[in-house]
Amino acid sequence: MKNLIILGAGTAGTIMASHLRKKLAKSDWTITMVDRATHHDYQPGYLFMPFGIYSADDVRRPMKRTVPHGIDFRETDVDRIDAEANRVLLPDGTALPYDVLIIATGVHPAPDQVEGMVNGDWRKNVHEFYTFEGAQALAGRLKSWQGGKLVVHICEMPIKCPVAPLEFCFLADAWLQKQGLRDKTEIIYVTPMSGAFTKPVASGILGKLLDEKRISVVHDFAIARVDAEKKAIVSWDEKEVSYDLLVTVPPNMGAEMIERSGLGDELNYVPTDKHTLQSKAHPNIFVIGDATDCPTSKAGSVAHFEAEVLTENILHFIAGEPLRSRFDGHANCFIESGHGKAFLLDFNYDQEPVTGTFPLPAVGPMKLLGESRLNHLGKMAFKWIYWNVLLPGLPIPFIGHQMSRLGKNIPPQDLKTAA
Amino acid sequence: MPTKNLAGTPVDTNDEGYLVNRSQWNKDVAAALAAEEGITLTDGHWKVLDFIDADFKEKGAVPGMRRMNKVGNIPTKDLYALFPDGPIKKAAKISGYPKPVSCV
Repeated sequence: MKNLIILGAGTAGTIMASHLRKKLAKSDWTITMVDRATHHDYQPGYLFMPFGIYSADDVRRPMKRTVPHGIDFRETDVDRIDAEANRVLLPDGTALPYDVLIIATGVHPAPDQVEGMVNGDWRKNVHEFYTFEGAQALAGRLKSWQGGKLVVHICEMPIKCPVAPLEFCFLADAWLQKQGLRDKTEIIYVTPMSGAFTKPVASGILGKLLDEKRISVVHDFAIARVDAEKKAIVSWDEKEVSYDLLVTVPPNMGAEMIERSGLGDELNYVPTDKHTLQSKAHPNIFVIGDATDCPTSKAGSVAHFEAEVLTENILHFIAGEPLRSRFDGHANCFIESGHGKAFLLDFNYDQEPVTGTFPLPAVGPMKLLGESRLNHLGKMAFKWIYWNVLLPGLPIPFIGHQMSRLGKNIPPQDLKTAA
Repeated sequence: MPTKNLAGTPVDTNDEGYLVNRSQWNKDVAAALAAEEGITLTDGHWKVLDFIDADFKEKGAVPGMRRMNKVGNIPTKDLYALFPDGPIKKAAKISGYPKPVSCV
């Protein structure tokens, strides 16, 4: 009997468990999945909780409903990975030996990495919406909002779902209008980047949208500390932005267990081959989702596309074959722009997001980098797809792990260089 | 592609002034690039430039702020004091490496 262990039962880990249980005979392989969480959260739903669009029940399910059949699930923390001895050590001293290990431990917001962020005002006037507790606390705070300075802020890149802070601005703008509080609220978007987004074409279009919605932007702002007394964020070059309500995205760190195991970089991300998803240090350790250091978005869509590649490569690895399947960095993100509309981005390592139609040329039906109601419906339908199609590892029609150039308005000069 | 003369050496740069061919870089070129930014290089600056050089050769990328702190043992405060307004971009330029790509 051989052992395959998956660390982390989030989006990436659960999809891998679904795929591999179908591919690996139960008579030959035990698949163990380890996670300390008692619930599985639909993380894209956190964004909607502060505005009362989603409730706790929309985003949270007990783990026993999402762990696939035939998986040995262990609800526990992990002490560390002993990669030299091919085993995972649990806090109670148990050692779990493995033949193949998949690290899917994700990233988490680490507000303690910024001086003064976790102060007396934390979860009162200083909030984040990347955790269930954070999104819930922020929903409570918004209920008593009477107007003032709302600062939406990114500490440092990379972050999980890099479009979410923009979406938060757009949704806040729409929500405030509905409450009759928009004219009493100044919304300021503060980012360490030089523009609204990481990629040039999208950055231009989204920047314009911020402008239209009267959201001012402070760019190139590298936060040094939160000054709770002054209610201001202060940059390393002593610029200050004051707030009445700060909604920040803290630094996104990989699991501390990765650091204890000596397997991570300075952010506890695991150095990973960006095409094969094999860890660079150990051939029988593979990495997927937010836990990798791959230069693409930390997003559920990426985990989903990676899972198809990684499943094939693990089968190759077990068979002693070269790892033939290659991940291209494909990411697909809806951007809620408020008032029941949304944008859609589709891109990979080499192709930045551009305008066009998706998933089919001309027909669409969805618009790339353009605002539409259908894009919004796509985003809202995705919750159902997530629970019922994505986690069980079922295919989504027309959308493959390799990004398609069809339907994309790619500038001619870029087409020439494209492989 | 602009070519310019720095410290008596002709160098090729891109539109933003970053060297496109690192083999054209030397310490005098670095001093000239620094002067363009209004910076006079000291030992403190060289500690940063040497770390970027070593790290680029190992990793193939200009290190980010957190890597400078943790692996290079250079505090962010020092980086802002040495290279005001965007220390990573400026230090990358002076060390002859490309502008760091913003993370996704």
